[in-house]
Amino acid sequence: MIHCVLHDPNDSVAVVVVEGVKAGQTLTGLILDEDRTITLPCAQDIPLGHKVALKDMKVGDTVIKYGADVGKVVAPIKAGQHAHVHNIKTKRW
Amino acid sequence: MQTKFRGYRRENGRVGVRNHVVILPVDDLSNAASEAVAHNVKGTLAIPHPYGRLQFGADLELHFRTLIGAGSNPNVAAVVVIGIEEGWTKKVVDGIAATGKPVTGFGIELHGDHDTIMRASKMAREYLQWSSEKQREDCDLNELWVSCKCGESDTTSGCGSNPTVGNAFDKLYAAGCTLLFGETTELTGGEQIVAARCRDEKVRSDFMRVFDRYQSVINRHKTSDLSDSQPTKGNIAGGLTTIEEKALGNIQKIGKQCVVDGVIDKAEVPSGPGLWFMDSSSAAAEMVTLCAASGFVVHFFPTGQGNVIGNPILPVVKICANPRTVRTMAEHVDVDTSGLLQREITMDQAGDKLLDMMFRTANGRLTAAEALGHREFVLTRLYESA
Repeated sequence: MIHCVLHDPNDSVAVVVVEGVKAGQTLTGLILDEDRTITLPCAQDIPLGHKVALKDMKVGDTVIKYGADVGKVVAPIKAGQHAHVHNIKTKRW
Repeated sequence: MQTKFRGYRRENGRVGVRNHVVILPVDDLSNAASEAVAHNVKGTLAIPHPYGRLQFGADLELHFRTLIGAGSNPNVAAVVVIGIEEGWTKKVVDGIAATGKPVTGFGIELHGDHDTIMRASKMAREYLQWSSEKQREDCDLNELWVSCKCGESDTTSGCGSNPTVGNAFDKLYAAGCTLLFGETTELTGGEQIVAARCRDEKVRSDFMRVFDRYQSVINRHKTSDLSDSQPTKGNIAGGLTTIEEKALGNIQKIGKQCVVDGVIDKAEVPSGPGLWFMDSSSAAAEMVTLCAASGFVVHFFPTGQGNVIGNPILPVVKICANPRTVRTMAEHVDVDTSGLLQREITMDQAGDKLLDMMFRTANGRLTAAEALGHREFVLTRLYESA
């Protein structure tokens, strides 16, 4: 089963695409642009559609998805943690 | 890929995929009479809306352009127009009459609702019986105009349903179809990618002008940021975090090969084949209504969390890759591409699945939104009335 997908091998977050992902699981991730899989640890329960961090990030870091800038880190994130509005903000507006 | 579909050829040469007789109110006051006519003459379609009084300038021009565009859409066989007075009613009638299709207007003042409803019903009955004898004929794929706009997006939109539309758009573009995308605000963070896809410097500067114009509207009206509106609460519940992330997902709809051939204003009609960008709101019903007014006859609507929108005259094909939404809201989904996220189908197969549904829709299959009675007809306003 594929638990999460990322677009570009350099992405720093992946999207969980199944329900019921729990802390402690090892996740299989599909890199869409390359059609190959990776495995990664999961440190928190993450809902369907929400993102899991693929690496440690510190405040001010740029979050990469689609191989592009999708915002800035506003609270530290560790690999395997839930990455969303509580730790990432837009750089626009 | 198939190269033919069965459509209705209209007087001006354009091809429609539906055969509606529309009862079109010019203004809010005429909704009751319009709905009464549609009640009297079963099979006709009233499209009520809340505007049309004391508008002025560009906002009024857009109102007329939208009503005339909706009536002129090739999915419409004939139109009965009803307005409170005859001046603006005639303006809408004359605009639609330019297509050559049957259209008659009725002003309510000096007659009242009862007399207007009676006369308009007689005309609607004639149009309905006349239109019921229209036959579908073989039409070339490049005569099909297809628009797209996504809604209640989540992260599965960007990796599943939107790139499915992009794959289909790449194939339709190569086939010479007329295609449309828009949603000016929802390109924020991906605007340089769209700019790089523009055909030439002229199109690029047109695109950046409308993009920058809307950014200035946001900066003028925003209170803090747009974090309560863009992304929406539904987007955030679905896992989308920032406007940049949403925009990069949104842009997947224009595929990998399409070139942006031109930029149009709201409810303007493209002047030739290719991919057009329409400067528009990202609100689903407003944008899809503008697509109908621009003359598009099939709409691709990818969704993640499950937007239920439809349109009275433009069939809205729903595409969804979120496995929970296709399970819990199955009656709203025309094309399930959730297999993409489990590597069960390729992007090329997902695109072909959507194109197959596009041909079936063009040939007459009712979309989920049509079957469920979704007829959201929502006019875009530019500013307050006089």
